[in-house]
Amino acid sequence: MSMESMRGKSAIVGMATAGIGEAPGFSAMELLGQAAVKAVADAGLKMQDIDGVFAATSSHAFPTMSVVEYLGLRPRFFDGTNVGGSSFEMHLLQATLALEAGLCDAALICYGSNQRTAGGRLVSMSEPQWHETPYKPRHPITAYGLATSRHMAEFGTTREDLAEVALAARGWANLNPEAFARGPLSKDEVMSARMISDPLTKSDCCLVTDGAAACVLVRADRAKDLPGKPVYFMGAGGANYHRSIVAMPDLTTTAAAESGPRAMEMAGVSQKDIDVVMLYDAFTINTILFLEDLGFCPKGEGGRFVQDGRIAPGGELAVNTNGGGLSCVHPGMYGLFLIAEAVAQIRGEAGERQKDDCTVALCHGNGGTLSSQCTAILGSEAAL
Amino acid sequence: MKDTDVSQLGPQAAYEAYLADGRFMIQRAASTGEYMFWPKVTSPSGATDLEWVKAKGTGTVYAITVNRARSGAYNIALIELDEGVRMMSTLPAVETAEIGARVRARIEDAEEGPRVVFDLVGEDAA
Repeated sequence: MSMESMRGKSAIVGMATAGIGEAPGFSAMELLGQAAVKAVADAGLKMQDIDGVFAATSSHAFPTMSVVEYLGLRPRFFDGTNVGGSSFEMHLLQATLALEAGLCDAALICYGSNQRTAGGRLVSMSEPQWHETPYKPRHPITAYGLATSRHMAEFGTTREDLAEVALAARGWANLNPEAFARGPLSKDEVMSARMISDPLTKSDCCLVTDGAAACVLVRADRAKDLPGKPVYFMGAGGANYHRSIVAMPDLTTTAAAESGPRAMEMAGVSQKDIDVVMLYDAFTINTILFLEDLGFCPKGEGGRFVQDGRIAPGGELAVNTNGGGLSCVHPGMYGLFLIAEAVAQIRGEAGERQKDDCTVALCHGNGGTLSSQCTAILGSEAAL
Repeated sequence: MKDTDVSQLGPQAAYEAYLADGRFMIQRAASTGEYMFWPKVTSPSGATDLEWVKAKGTGTVYAITVNRARSGAYNIALIELDEGVRMMSTLPAVETAEIGARVRARIEDAEEGPRVVFDLVGEDAA
């Protein structure tokens, strides 16, 4: 199978979220279960039709086993690839491969977390790195603070530039009734937020929320027979060089510089074709790094690129239209919520924040400490 | 200087044994000349003839952040050693430092055991 031959071969036919924000009284698996039930119904299928399961969570050592048991499934194919927040963009690729190979006919990708109500802190099974431990890093923010310090030193990126990212995210969140952090936010408030790990303040950090999401994919030929508007898989690619930030070759260039071109080549699109850009914004620097690495602006120019509301509502480029991890939802691993927003935009169901004629959306997942980078491109029928 | 016997130890344990004896040692591949940090059983190019060599102990601040916890602030830095490899460390004597500042290693006895830390040197120490 050639890379190009995967383009358009599968489609998301069901998508749902559950418990975005705060969901007191529900476990991570219960929220995941709610999202899965809604996604399968959205696809016009029955739960027992699901014969492929793809999952990664922050709280299950064996996520596919737990999901299979909870939902009462007997899948023919399953894959629990865990590359942190980027897992779900990779799952789109794995699911398409499995569907196209006939290893399964209906694939469920799912995630759930109750980290906000369970403790209000990031839940992670990430193990410490022995060569880092003596220096007491507080990951993930330590790693992102280090990367930000380097970007500022090399390219003159400023805290004001980071603030622009946070303000744009809030601007979009204010158009999204589901977003957790809504309301006015001024540049002064952002700039005077408490410093947590220089140069990153509380305003530069994503939310800690609950939330679950799930989507269902089938082969494209079958998608036409289902009730909803299919959102086609156009391409995806991953790249990964390191686990620990110590081993990241260049702190100002992520592996997105390789995953992006891989995904775009498979999808047969370039930056100008992309209507909505969904970037994993665990911290404000992420948005800047990924805009550069994915080719929306030259390396080092990301800070200047985001100035004057360019990625805010009404700006030149629609970035993180749900409000992002910064202002919409971030339940530990956010990757599947990027996909949820891309699907909403391509289906034309994004309400006040809807981008006109959205036919192609890019979802860029980030896992670990700028480690795993997975890019996926989705499109409407018109994009094929 | 003690003669540390690391012949029966894996790379992590060997590094830590050297450190316990007051020695900051890093690996180098004899065939390719590649230096490595952190210690492993194979080099990035695949060389396995790794030997332990004394680190020069000099380097440059590559990136730095200050963790501001309620219990106090401390910095965490990535140091590019002059051998060309990078390690996580800290500069205990200062709040923070400029990226590109020159530093020199010393071994500090921390609560959890010995660790390599860095101090500013030359004009950067002023």
